Amino acid sequence: MTQAPPVPLHMRRDRFDPVEEMTRIREDEGVRELETGYGARAYMVTRYADVREVLSDGSRFSNAGAFRPPDDTRTDAERDRDRAGNLLAYDPPEHSRLRRMLTPEFTVRRMRRLEPRIVEIVEDHLDALARSGPPADLVSGFALPIPSLVICELLGVPYADRDEFQDRTGQLLDLSLELDLRRRLARENREYMSALVTQAQVDPGEDMLGMLVREHGHDLTTDELIGIGELLLIAGHETTSNMLGLGTLALLRHPDQLALVREDPAATAPAIEELLRWISIVHTGVVRTTTTEVEIAGTRIGAGELVFCALPTANRDPALLADPERLDVRRGAPGHLAFGHGVHHCLGAPLARMEMRIAFPALLRRFPQLALAVPYEELSFRAYHFVYGLRALPVTW
Amino acid sequence: MTIVADRSACIGSGMCALTAPAVFDQDDAEGLVVLLVAEPEGADARAAAEAVQLCPAQALSSAERQRSSAEQPGE
Repeated sequence: MTQAPPVPLHMRRDRFDPVEEMTRIREDEGVRELETGYGARAYMVTRYADVREVLSDGSRFSNAGAFRPPDDTRTDAERDRDRAGNLLAYDPPEHSRLRRMLTPEFTVRRMRRLEPRIVEIVEDHLDALARSGPPADLVSGFALPIPSLVICELLGVPYADRDEFQDRTGQLLDLSLELDLRRRLARENREYMSALVTQAQVDPGEDMLGMLVREHGHDLTTDELIGIGELLLIAGHETTSNMLGLGTLALLRHPDQLALVREDPAATAPAIEELLRWISIVHTGVVRTTTTEVEIAGTRIGAGELVFCALPTANRDPALLADPERLDVRRGAPGHLAFGHGVHHCLGAPLARMEMRIAFPALLRRFPQLALAVPYEELSFRAYHFVYGLRALPVTW
Repeated sequence: MTIVADRSACIGSGMCALTAPAVFDQDDAEGLVVLLVAEPEGADARAAAEAVQLCPAQALSSAERQRSSAEQPGE
């Protein structure tokens, strides 16, 4: 095992905060060219208005860029197969074609129909915690299993396979691991989803894979079905779980705000938006490729260059709201970019919001004395991961 | 205030239905924006104006009523 490489600048944080250098870049030049850690240089955009502009202009900032790492030995056909169905790797109109098949599944109303089942899942996990603790690890006992079970049921993935796929995707997104290992895991992940898709093609169930086969099977290739399934499974459990873990910790560090979320049902929705903004678990969106020469914050960037957006600094830009470094769950933070912006805005945002809206107050009401079981300084954050999070959150009550 | 929703630009993020539920909905078949009230007033108008700003796909625009036709909505 070689030593882990240094954490790329855009992923460096001091617990909840972007490191000072990132804030300085936003205040000074706004855009900086740097090494991404993927074997390429890219321009990092840090200000709120600039990030919004980049993310909403797919014609100048393309998601379907031709970038490939220097040691990528795949043929063009293999690359095409690997990105098939991955909505984040396409621009309109190809992107719109795929997204349109999925939008009816994630409407606000459809999410409300899931509510009773999510409540049940949350209560089951709280019961299990109450039986086995205190103490307990809130990541493995609450934050990770709840969104995992929800996406498994929604998508049609056997929950019994959770250890296997959680472990695999966790490593897949860990940028400190060697590229060869991550590529092998990506292949395994694909084979796993391929088997589920084959099963759905033979006997389509009532879940989302079944729906895609039934309603769009004539239009989607098998590779596309696999790609969509992989993306939804990863995005469905790697994101909300980290928000539940980090969000609980953030509230534990701000007891007056925790009390508000516990006691006032009307406080939950705005609190979730503010937690999304303040924590910004996704360091950057998917890298974009310029299709023409552009100018951002006075920096000229040529055509064919890589550009990526630093979401935590954009979400703490005083141009978005006053006193941005402070967590204040009362303000609601409309306009934050934690789910991205533009046509690639998180498809699962209504589901994530629903899960958090149920899980946070339920946890805090079940365990009103919830507290850290270890000193704050000893908590371990996932520094190298594409999605920021906690390795564990030991609590007592 | 008059609201215009462009379903061809809509990506079904649901931000509008969440922000101004009295003004916007999503249809079941496609998950895309449905305008419930084209000329909202009072608190609904304020919520709708916020939804116009928040729409990730820039599929919504608004215009004050009784203005000259030279003014472009949303500008």
